[in-house]
Amino acid sequence: MALFNLNINGKTQEIDVDPNTPMLWVLRDHLKLVGTKYGCGIAQCGACTVHLGNNAVRSCQLPVSSIGEEKVTTIEGLSENGDHPVQKAWLEVDVPQCGYCQAGQIMTAAALLEKNPNPSDSEIETAMNGNICRCGTYIRIKKAVKMAAGAAANS
Amino acid sequence: MTLIKTKIGRRAFIKNTSLASGGLVLGFSFLNSCKPEQAKEMAVREMPKEWFEMNSYLKIGDNGLVTIYTPNPEFGQNIRTSMPMLVAEELDVDWNNVLVEQAPYHEEKYGFQFTGGSRGISARWQPLRMAGATAKHMLKEAAAQTWQVPVAEITAEAGVLRHAATKKSAGYGEMASVAATLDVPEEVPLKEVKDFKLINNSQKNVDAKSIVTGVPLFGMDIQKKGMLIAMIEHPPAFGMTLKSVDGAAAKAMPGIKDVVTIKSFKDGYEKGGFDTNAFPELVAIVGNSTWEVMQAKKKLKVEWQPISAYTETIAGFRGKETRNVPAGLESTTAHKSKMEALAAKPGKMVRKDGNPDAAFKKAAKILERSYSAPFLAHNNMEPLNAFAHVEGDKVKIAAPIQIPSLIVPTLASSLGIPKENIEMDLPRMGGGFGRKAYAHFVVEAALISQKVNAPIKLVYSREDDMTNGIYRPAYQATYRAAFDENNNLTALHVKAGGVPESPLFANRFPAGAIDNYMAEEWVVDSNITIGAFRAPRSNFMAGAEQAFLDEVAEAMGKDPIQFRLDLLKRAKENPVGEENDYDAERYAGVLELVREKSAWKENDATRHRGVSAYFCHNSYAAHVLDLKMENDKPVVEKVCCAIDCGVVVNPDAAINMAEGAITDGVGNAFFGELTFEDGVPQKNNFHQYQMIRMKEAPKEIDVHFVQNEIDPTGMGEPPFPPIFGAVANALYKATGQRHYEQPFVKEKKVVG
Repeated sequence: MALFNLNINGKTQEIDVDPNTPMLWVLRDHLKLVGTKYGCGIAQCGACTVHLGNNAVRSCQLPVSSIGEEKVTTIEGLSENGDHPVQKAWLEVDVPQCGYCQAGQIMTAAALLEKNPNPSDSEIETAMNGNICRCGTYIRIKKAVKMAAGAAANS
Repeated sequence: MTLIKTKIGRRAFIKNTSLASGGLVLGFSFLNSCKPEQAKEMAVREMPKEWFEMNSYLKIGDNGLVTIYTPNPEFGQNIRTSMPMLVAEELDVDWNNVLVEQAPYHEEKYGFQFTGGSRGISARWQPLRMAGATAKHMLKEAAAQTWQVPVAEITAEAGVLRHAATKKSAGYGEMASVAATLDVPEEVPLKEVKDFKLINNSQKNVDAKSIVTGVPLFGMDIQKKGMLIAMIEHPPAFGMTLKSVDGAAAKAMPGIKDVVTIKSFKDGYEKGGFDTNAFPELVAIVGNSTWEVMQAKKKLKVEWQPISAYTETIAGFRGKETRNVPAGLESTTAHKSKMEALAAKPGKMVRKDGNPDAAFKKAAKILERSYSAPFLAHNNMEPLNAFAHVEGDKVKIAAPIQIPSLIVPTLASSLGIPKENIEMDLPRMGGGFGRKAYAHFVVEAALISQKVNAPIKLVYSREDDMTNGIYRPAYQATYRAAFDENNNLTALHVKAGGVPESPLFANRFPAGAIDNYMAEEWVVDSNITIGAFRAPRSNFMAGAEQAFLDEVAEAMGKDPIQFRLDLLKRAKENPVGEENDYDAERYAGVLELVREKSAWKENDATRHRGVSAYFCHNSYAAHVLDLKMENDKPVVEKVCCAIDCGVVVNPDAAINMAEGAITDGVGNAFFGELTFEDGVPQKNNFHQYQMIRMKEAPKEIDVHFVQNEIDPTGMGEPPFPPIFGAVANALYKATGQRHYEQPFVKEKKVVG
């Protein structure tokens, strides 16, 4: 066990865990931030996606000891009132079915738009390809990503 | 105006005193829009000081807010929106003033809380509208009594009661306290379809805001005071069971509380149809956190041993059935040779019309084709999990499951507690697709809690989930068509089977459309467990049948849509046999609609299109799928889809589900496959099991519904089965080769 001071969603959180513990389980079990989902545990499904700095990363493969002072943002901290352009687009398009993968999809999409505010279809597909949606809402996800990009461009 | 009068059952009107809640909650009206100017309205709404229960499905607050309890568990089909819409429609309440709460398991209050078989909306179509209509009637009575006017003169609209002559009006909230004391009427009128205001008008998913902000909703998200995490270790292969365990090393790991073994069934317990369980004896490891338990699990030393063959009696939906479970470690190659051997022999004759033997003997030409598909794992994004807390002879469960009532007898027997001491909450499921109808993991969670005497959440790893069984079976079907010298179709023969279930539907199309027809089936016993998977059996038969009909049409030189319509015309006007379980006119209706909407042209050389149509779950679906090859890989450019599922309650949500079914079908047709070697599933996570991703998903999907006033029928499953046929038929156009063996895409290349 070891003590870590983590910057999560703008707050400093102290936790005492095994240094190898992936951020996914630190978030879910220790900090009760369960918006970040467990899907595969091997970085193949994207359900656990969070932001480390400005990058979308798979938290299931991210040991707590590797974080240091880097800022971690989870779905709970993406926006204060659930009004990030990507979240708003998701609501407008009414994307979710079961909803389990959607936090990861949103975090990947938000990181993509941060870097590339006006992605092409092919760039969206490449960025989102690591996130599985078992319900098959890909068409709506793509539509929402484009809508969020458009909204950001117009604001 | 003609009104439909419907008698109401008493049990829907048991009141929910224990469910009343106070404080502040979020109304979901703010979900309906996220435009900035309306953001101000996204306010926390003041809860009423008092709730008045009208029946078990709804209560009305003194300020006019209405809480609707949605009875069935949600697994992504959006019934938490569409079921309350049924209540709200007949209650005539402003949808913005409705809150939705998930009802817990309570059979007496909510009837059969079953999410599966595409039965949700059709089963609740009358009861939920009645719940709204009776409450509205009681509110009108309350107003009539208060104002001393005839009840027939009271109108109700958008949560307001009015008496025109005296110009009196009152909100539902004002009349709720009186209304709640009135007798429930014996009969209530229900609206006609033309009078619907909410039904058939798209409403946004009531949970969308919670989903996109990461609010805990799912079984996996449950956290309770003092809760420990449990994981199980099941045998590495089907055909194996637990021999012994040495848990000392695991127990010595940090954060670990205990290592125990559990036995899911009491000896002699007669299983129900959803008690399927390949691994009833398990090792469980319990600790403080998921990661710690995962690490400790690696330290378990378990010895496994082969099972002995056994026969069991299952009391399922179709009565008691006997199941033979062989011993041994099974492999896909052995399954295939057994299937081929059985397919070559006469099967069990299920239906025979005319004289197919004579027709085949006389045939000028015979076309014979065999189709096969492998086992599939459900791979819900949320792995199996359940919370359980056993205290003495009581248990509290919270689990993402599809059929709570059917696990109750098992829980009662296995825990040795009375059924009435079982409480169950029904959190959202992160996907179900049939898998979460088999709630063995709830029994496991409860047994672990009982053993360690603590509240626990059982969490399956992805690997545990994928290798536990309850798969879509492996299937094979052989079709034969006989043609006379004029190239007319004279007979059709289907023989189908699977491991360990036959997929045959002998009375479905094209039965009824062909004079000489026969349908046979066979089964290969197996110890690999199978279960319902989105549109069970149909999800294979549709693809095989529709690919074969495409080839028959081609052999006859006919347009594939016109060929199907000709058969359906025959089935409608002069059906063969009496037990045809489809409506030929509705079937033809979706083909005609998809022909129109896809701008189908005969011999269209400009694109590679495949058509397919199917009937299941009392609904009809047809697809036209356009595909092109890019770098030897198929790309689905567009799918045009027509569905007849009667009245569509929430159209945009239904479109979402059709888009999902189509994408799911394309994914499984291209990639879906689970194979076995010596009883061991050859894939255990997504690095091996290829799931469809955004790059492979159809680029465009265009969904159309047949507009009619028929009571709703199935929606979640019907668009899924026919997509397999549409993919196969379009692949043929694109590659010049027919595809008979799923999955169609192997190692990134099209097989052919």
